[in-house]
Amino acid sequence: MPETIAFLEPKQSVLSRRAAIIEDLADLLPRDCLISERRGLVPFETDAFIAYRQVPLAVVLPETTAEVAAVLRYCSRYGIPVVPRGAGTSLSGGAIPQADAVVIGLSKMSRILDIDFANRTATVQAGVTNLNISEAVSADGFFYAPDPSSQLACTIGGNIGMNSGGAHCLKYGVTTNNLLGVKMVLFDGTVIELGGKALDAPGYDLLGLVCGSEGQLGIVTEATVRLIAKPEGARPVLFGFPSSEEAGSCVAEVIGSGIIPVAIEFMDKPAISICEAFAHAGYPMDVEALLIVEVEGSEAEMEAMLSNIIEIARRHGVSTIKESQSATEAALIWKGRKSAFGATGRIADYICMDGTVPLGQLSHVLKKTSEIIDGYGLRVANVFHAGDGNMHPLILYNINDPEDAARAEAAGNDILKLCVDAGGCLTGEHGVGIEKRDLMLHQFSQADLDQQMAARAAFDPQWIMNPSKVFPLEGRPAA
Amino acid sequence: MIPIFEPETEAEAAGIVATIARNDLTLKIEGGGTRSGLGNPVAADRLLSTRKLSGIVSYNPAEMTMTTKAGTPVAEIEAMLVENRQMLAFEPLDHRGVMATVGEPTIGGVFATNASGPRRLVAGAARDHLLGIRFANGAGEVIKSGGRVMKNVTGLDLVKLLCGSHGTLGLLTEVTFKVLPLPPASATIVVSGLDDAQAAAAMARAMALPVEVSGAAHLPESVRSRFLGGGLPDGPATVLRLEGLAASVVVRREKLVAAFASIAPVAVLDHDATTSLWREVRDVKPYADATQKPLWRVSVAPSAGQHLVAALRLEAGVDAFYDWQGGLVWLRMEADAEADLLRRYIKGLGGGHAALVWASDAIRARTPAFEPEAPAVAALSARLKHKFDPKGIFNPGKMGF
Repeated sequence: MPETIAFLEPKQSVLSRRAAIIEDLADLLPRDCLISERRGLVPFETDAFIAYRQVPLAVVLPETTAEVAAVLRYCSRYGIPVVPRGAGTSLSGGAIPQADAVVIGLSKMSRILDIDFANRTATVQAGVTNLNISEAVSADGFFYAPDPSSQLACTIGGNIGMNSGGAHCLKYGVTTNNLLGVKMVLFDGTVIELGGKALDAPGYDLLGLVCGSEGQLGIVTEATVRLIAKPEGARPVLFGFPSSEEAGSCVAEVIGSGIIPVAIEFMDKPAISICEAFAHAGYPMDVEALLIVEVEGSEAEMEAMLSNIIEIARRHGVSTIKESQSATEAALIWKGRKSAFGATGRIADYICMDGTVPLGQLSHVLKKTSEIIDGYGLRVANVFHAGDGNMHPLILYNINDPEDAARAEAAGNDILKLCVDAGGCLTGEHGVGIEKRDLMLHQFSQADLDQQMAARAAFDPQWIMNPSKVFPLEGRPAA
Repeated sequence: MIPIFEPETEAEAAGIVATIARNDLTLKIEGGGTRSGLGNPVAADRLLSTRKLSGIVSYNPAEMTMTTKAGTPVAEIEAMLVENRQMLAFEPLDHRGVMATVGEPTIGGVFATNASGPRRLVAGAARDHLLGIRFANGAGEVIKSGGRVMKNVTGLDLVKLLCGSHGTLGLLTEVTFKVLPLPPASATIVVSGLDDAQAAAAMARAMALPVEVSGAAHLPESVRSRFLGGGLPDGPATVLRLEGLAASVVVRREKLVAAFASIAPVAVLDHDATTSLWREVRDVKPYADATQKPLWRVSVAPSAGQHLVAALRLEAGVDAFYDWQGGLVWLRMEADAEADLLRRYIKGLGGGHAALVWASDAIRARTPAFEPEAPAVAALSARLKHKFDPKGIFNPGKMGF
């Protein structure tokens, strides 16, 4: 395991009281909602950022908002760190515990509370999975738009914590644009409600601040999200290109021409072969880069939009165009794309970058990325949301070889700095977590971070909420 | 008249703020002054105008983002966007009509008040389009948050917090926002003769169809004739907007007409009439008549709007029309603002937000302009205010503190 990312020193005052803390927690929750045996704790030691792991002090799996509040009230009284967890699919280590922390897992809070078609909202508990929401309303012609690739497993609470995106966010926006309200518990057990079924809420936009705050401002237990009427039809089309640069410039021209497809996804040759081997989606194997462009609407609308896109693609040297001919084919095309991370995991360990760059910089950043990777003697597969410039180079390495792991981490840092220097940012949808925490000063000044930390302290003056994440350990306000 | 500062650079602006803070004075912030009456009345020692912090800093149409200084006139931005067939998709409303003000609305004022129009229902509010900001906090330090890319979750989202904070957390100096392609075609379906309750049901039905309605408003008989110079068909008008490629608009228009033709008379407005009508809806045309009658902007669940108005009618003289599928109620009171009554009904209907947009000075002085928040939320907001502006120099009292 690489050692470059430090965690806060565990508080001895907490570790030494472990037995008493567990006894106290047992009084606050039903018996099957507390895990304290090592064997039960190990599954919670990491998330999808598997390079780092740490067994927590205890795990609680509350079933109600009142239980979450009771645990937080208790933890804040004794200064015990708390790490919120949904399904543990964070790619940035957002849910990785620390030795002195109580993990609050929301997986048992998985009920859909209200579906309101007249107002197009769904109110759900935080442990409901992303896909569950769309499934619950699909028969009535609606869906919930943000669709992270992990949508089968990831929870809405985790989506709110990370302000998750997905392939279809190009048209419909990310979590923050589709979130109308939350019920949440503050560090001291206070329960508040923000927003609701009305579009505008009074006062400061606390909901906007909470979304994407990585579990540092409180724990969301319920959410009200926006539902959208499903389009009549949707069709992904594959465009193969002889080079990544041509694919990149095609994306910029499509967007610049005034067409916003629902999704524009990019894969380079290594990603194509990995995904094709896994999903047999019919991706062309003789191209250097592939775009999956999805259009939606009625037949006539899709035809009109596609003919414009095809014309642009031809100007950028497209070598293969393949329209999906059936719903099954369309599903396979998306299965291949959405399985990209899992399929990559079958052939190597990887870390997934998440920098976003202005569209005009795509080709430049792709080229520089491969130079950086070559420089470290590593391999990379690129698969990402091209329409909004959100890049996902997957750096392949061997987790059991400490030198290889260190090289991969260094290459990743170089790539993220490249994204920032190109006018972009460190993370477009995965969050800072621990992974990018120590790079924050590359994007922000200390004064910028101080202001963010001041806002954080308005919610959690004790810094007990997921405290090892997001902000570099140095330069924090004195406790 | 209080002394006025008109800084020409961000550094100068931040220096003024630092000086104000050092001298324990207070500062009112103003852009074009066209909506500075929003919120509670502000009494401050000095006025800072962003008028000279003006200009487009960068604009690359293919990247769909623009960066401007905060005092840049909205008109200048929209002219530049139209040249490139783009737009501010959230349709910022122009408050000059309803607030009887003159001057140039600025982009800083748009984001400071989260001013959004009819397309907010599907495209999001100003806050959903603001990607990055630079601002001076209450100590006069220049802070940046967000950036100039579409997707960005790096650090806490101070961008959303500052948007809609009415200049009480910081002085915006520069904003970066998302722009979108201007739809080449549009049309409006006018369904005539529906009462408020029928209209609410019709709008909900339209929003559930796969036709991408981008505006849904109901204009009752009392206001209908004040739109398009009286050119809408007789009877209350429920109006539904479609936008997109010409081929799309044709297909969707037919579907929408077919969905409603059996229940009420349906007419179709062309692109030009559509553009004019929705501008008038956006700018609250019926109530832009410089009277002193109190005007509320009420945001509730879309299905609750008509119930709210029906309940109020039994107890007070009100006139109203609806945008956002019924979720935005522009409510004009005949006499008193009736704040308590209104807020009690809003609470009873599941919650929402009533903001007093316009009233006589006497009514404004005794009516809290914004919906009071739950005590725990209000306490949190007060702590945040203190973290950004510890001495309380910015727009004191405007949002209640």
